Amino acid sequence: MSLAAISTRRWTRALRGTTSVPRTPPVALFAALGLLLVGSFLLSVGIGAVDIAPAQTVAIIAHHAGIDLGIDFTARQDAIVWAIRLPRVVLALLVGGALAISGAVLQGMFRNPLADPGLIGVSSGAALGAVASVALGVTVLGVATLPVAAFLGGTATAVLVYLLARHDGKTEIVTLVLVGIALNTMAGAGTGLLTYVATDEQIRAVVFWSLGSLGGATWEGVSATLPFVAVGIALALRRGQALNLFVLGEREARHLGVDTERVRLELIALTALMTGASVAVAGVVGFVGLIVPHLVRLVAGPDHRLLLPASALGGAALVMLADLFARTVAAPAELPLGVITALLGGPFLLLLMLRTRRAQGGWG
Amino acid sequence: MTAAVEAHGVGLRVGGRWLVREVDFAVTPGEVVALVGPNGAGKSTVLRLLAGDMPPTAGRVLIDGRPVDAFSPRELALRRAVLPQQTVLEFAFTAREVVSMGRAPRRSDADEAVVTRELVRTDALHVAERIYPSLSGGEQGRVALARVLAQEAPILLLDEPTASLDLRHQQMIMEVAHQIAAGGGMVVVVLHDLNLAACFADRICVLREGRIVADGPPWATMTERLLEEVFDCPIAVRTHPVRDCPLIIPLATV
Repeated sequence: MSLAAISTRRWTRALRGTTSVPRTPPVALFAALGLLLVGSFLLSVGIGAVDIAPAQTVAIIAHHAGIDLGIDFTARQDAIVWAIRLPRVVLALLVGGALAISGAVLQGMFRNPLADPGLIGVSSGAALGAVASVALGVTVLGVATLPVAAFLGGTATAVLVYLLARHDGKTEIVTLVLVGIALNTMAGAGTGLLTYVATDEQIRAVVFWSLGSLGGATWEGVSATLPFVAVGIALALRRGQALNLFVLGEREARHLGVDTERVRLELIALTALMTGASVAVAGVVGFVGLIVPHLVRLVAGPDHRLLLPASALGGAALVMLADLFARTVAAPAELPLGVITALLGGPFLLLLMLRTRRAQGGWG
Repeated sequence: MTAAVEAHGVGLRVGGRWLVREVDFAVTPGEVVALVGPNGAGKSTVLRLLAGDMPPTAGRVLIDGRPVDAFSPRELALRRAVLPQQTVLEFAFTAREVVSMGRAPRRSDADEAVVTRELVRTDALHVAERIYPSLSGGEQGRVALARVLAQEAPILLLDEPTASLDLRHQQMIMEVAHQIAAGGGMVVVVLHDLNLAACFADRICVLREGRIVADGPPWATMTERLLEEVFDCPIAVRTHPVRDCPLIIPLATV
């Protein structure tokens, strides 16, 4: 039987929600994700108005690291890779990793498979913060103003979601989604109101945030995003076991020795930090935090010690590929990245709903 | 022997109403203590106060002589394990993975062996590799109990561990509670089935409207008069035909 046939069978079975799903061993999972990541990276850097072979891409990157691999490339190729494509691809990688791991963290913490930074309103809260800082001309923190404003907006929304959707240590799925709708609406209204005080140039920036795009990527953008995402991911990875216990219930996690109040605050701050940094640089890119952790769970099971790193890798690959598609499919025009992820995410959400309805009669 | 779990004058008021009041209670190693009483009598609340889930409005709870809120969550997890009424999982962990979570406060080389041992003890080994949310209510209940036992805490607080179990497994779980107590542990268990309490508990603590109205060995507490008054229905108490314990028979009211 071919590999494809085996994996199709596994997926059909998994999507039907049957009782036991064969799990991919961690080594195979991470090897596959590593290959996917490297492949997506080389494709993304290589494809565009001027195609550049993977070997040359590697040589150009090595050249900038001070290593000569003896592969020829032109100065024009070097400029395209180093100044234009690489910052964009690296940002896609950071944004994807941050959003996907944030989704995985939120789902575990809320014990709720539908928690996603976009769906529950954290992304639009961060966008509101960013738009507010632009429209009101706040520049107190220099280049860090935007990410910090987005972080504050994201944190405020995350805390609101948490306070509003949680009851007696549990979060009903429907409540969470409804709270998300309300907060998305309010943040959207706030962003809309700000456009009245904004200049035309600022309005363009607002539109950019509402659709999500990596079109404005620069190395400065990378260096403003990298610390937030790196710290966020590194700290989130330490909480894999605590999140497993959260899945049993918050009270149960505490009975098993988790300092739930502290861990919860830490995780909310981390997801707001990562989502805020992503939104500041790329606008609202939805559904990455929903799709990736779900796919990882289907093949590798729900253990957060695997799920968190695997989601980060998978999210990075997904956003790199989605951005590649966004900038090449209608070239020389560009589609907004957020539109591509929404095109993937919408049907995915429906599929998820149908599957859940078949397995347990729907989300109560 | 000194008590390992003590409640002194404990009360909890929520929204102006006392859920439990003036509870004095102690458990010493080697004991199985059943908490019984009608719905809303405060059994689960007492259990949660003993577990340190929330601070009491009045009085104090001590574990090993120390106030329960003076322990860190991990220190507490090494001393007491808690079985909630129901454990619902939204994610597809296997039964074995769920039981392994009980090892979280410990992390030792014996983990795998302990997990298997507790799965055997609760008769759940055959479902170990299955996905927890796909198990039947009774199977989930046994796996959840195995998770609590795998924590290897000397104090077990069990909220209706027998609720969804068939007769054989009900007996089996109460035997397990006995083994734990015989090994120097102690078990506080909320039960609805008075006969299970009468057969297996060393002491029965009867609650009514948030207060303890009787606390003692089965023969002292399972009296017709007390039970009729507390449960508000006609009840006959006889001697168990096989075991030396009270047999409680509710009598039809119509």
